[in-house]
Amino acid sequence: MTKDECKKLVVDIIADIAPDEDLGNLKPDVRLRDQLQLDSMDFLDIVMELRKRHGIEVPEADYMQLASLDSCAEYLTPKFNALAANA
Amino acid sequence: MKQTRIVITGLGLTAPNGNTLAEYRQNLLAGVSGVELIEVRYMGAQPAGVCHFDPLKYQKKKEVRIGTRAGGISIYCTREALADSGVNWETVDKTRVGIYLGVTEHGNVETENEIYSISLFKYDTRFWTHHHNPRTVANNPAGEVSLNLGVTGPAYTVGAACAAGNLGLIHAAQMLRLREVDLAFAGGVSESIHTFGIFAGFKSQGALASHPDPTKASRPFDKARNGIVVSEGGCIYTLERLDDAQARDAKIYGEVAGYCVNSDATDYVLPNATRQAECIRRSIAHAGLAPADIDIINTHATATPQGDIQECLAISEVFAGCTEVNINNTKSFIGHAMGAAGALELAGNLPAFDDLLVHPTINVDDLDPQCDVPGLVLNEPKKAKRVDAILNNSFGMLGINSTLIIIRYRP
Repeated sequence: MTKDECKKLVVDIIADIAPDEDLGNLKPDVRLRDQLQLDSMDFLDIVMELRKRHGIEVPEADYMQLASLDSCAEYLTPKFNALAANA
Repeated sequence: MKQTRIVITGLGLTAPNGNTLAEYRQNLLAGVSGVELIEVRYMGAQPAGVCHFDPLKYQKKKEVRIGTRAGGISIYCTREALADSGVNWETVDKTRVGIYLGVTEHGNVETENEIYSISLFKYDTRFWTHHHNPRTVANNPAGEVSLNLGVTGPAYTVGAACAAGNLGLIHAAQMLRLREVDLAFAGGVSESIHTFGIFAGFKSQGALASHPDPTKASRPFDKARNGIVVSEGGCIYTLERLDDAQARDAKIYGEVAGYCVNSDATDYVLPNATRQAECIRRSIAHAGLAPADIDIINTHATATPQGDIQECLAISEVFAGCTEVNINNTKSFIGHAMGAAGALELAGNLPAFDDLLVHPTINVDDLDPQCDVPGLVLNEPKKAKRVDAILNNSFGMLGINSTLIIIRYRP
């Protein structure tokens, strides 16, 4: 999986978690919370959807890695690839 | 002691056959049912009353996602009631507003959904949502309204089985009389069609309706009745003290004249005609009226074989010799809206103060002789000679009975 593909999966989840938001112009290097109306409960939902849809675990200590799309991709892409390798 | 007068100054509703009072009333007079077939988890197609209001009229998509169906119904009905009341919301002291919503149950829907969800993950509770607790606390529907409207006064639900819709109104009247609040949003809500447990419970009890035509499945007083049609819905009123309503020149639908809440103390499920009659009699006395003063009795009858007979016995006893009373049933159109039932059924009759029309009980093809109470309005609306007092029965499991009387407003 490429980092861009990873970002797309994250955006798909955000589209369901924050359905009122326009996600067309998300800046990948800017904190999601600075661009969207997302609160800590929404991040818990994102973590849950990563677990449900993709079997990805994000420990609480790593939540800060989900701050922006770039940091999401940096953190999650290796996890996706590790899962795929073990599949 | 003369009590402070409490009046209804607005209402909002969603019923299986209407999302405004005008649409709902029109369908009640035209004999239009709102019951349809829905797919119930594990049970297949079942007749049910489904509401078709636009949940995005007053909520964002995210709020609908996070909240509950009961919360969404409550917000829709409250916002509609507020608009209908003409209250200038900007100037209202939000600390002096109360929200009192009757519920039969709350939390079954959300709990079942989560259990189903984790069943797809081998019942691993790591997949259980953090939204579960705020969704299932008993005050959820009222709390969602307080969030939506910024109400900082008391906001909670009143749990009273299927008597709950009346209880919401009664409790609001009491709180207004105690001057705990100046404006109340009160009524009842139900999201029960989204829980298979309610359907399965009635089925196991032998009390779930079935019929090839869903619009004919809810048939109180008919010989062939075979149980309850479960429905969702909501009806929420604005209630105020009369002097406040007069001061702002409010439209007044009617006045809360009297009520009674009592308990059978005899069975978990089976009704008790003696206690129901006592409840009706005491509500009439509380209103300072006599049985002959009641013009419309809206029955609770749910179309269970025994329940309808017990209520008819109670009515026969209290209203013996009252030749002008009109008796109807709204569940025959919309099914049993559980916590919303009492409030919705009252709303369907309030316009009779203006047009004197009594909506009928539909689906009575073969009247059960044991339900043949004088005054039943069957299958076609009836023009009454007088509509000055409407008596609304709502009874529930564990033997809770409620009767509420609304009278024509006269300054």
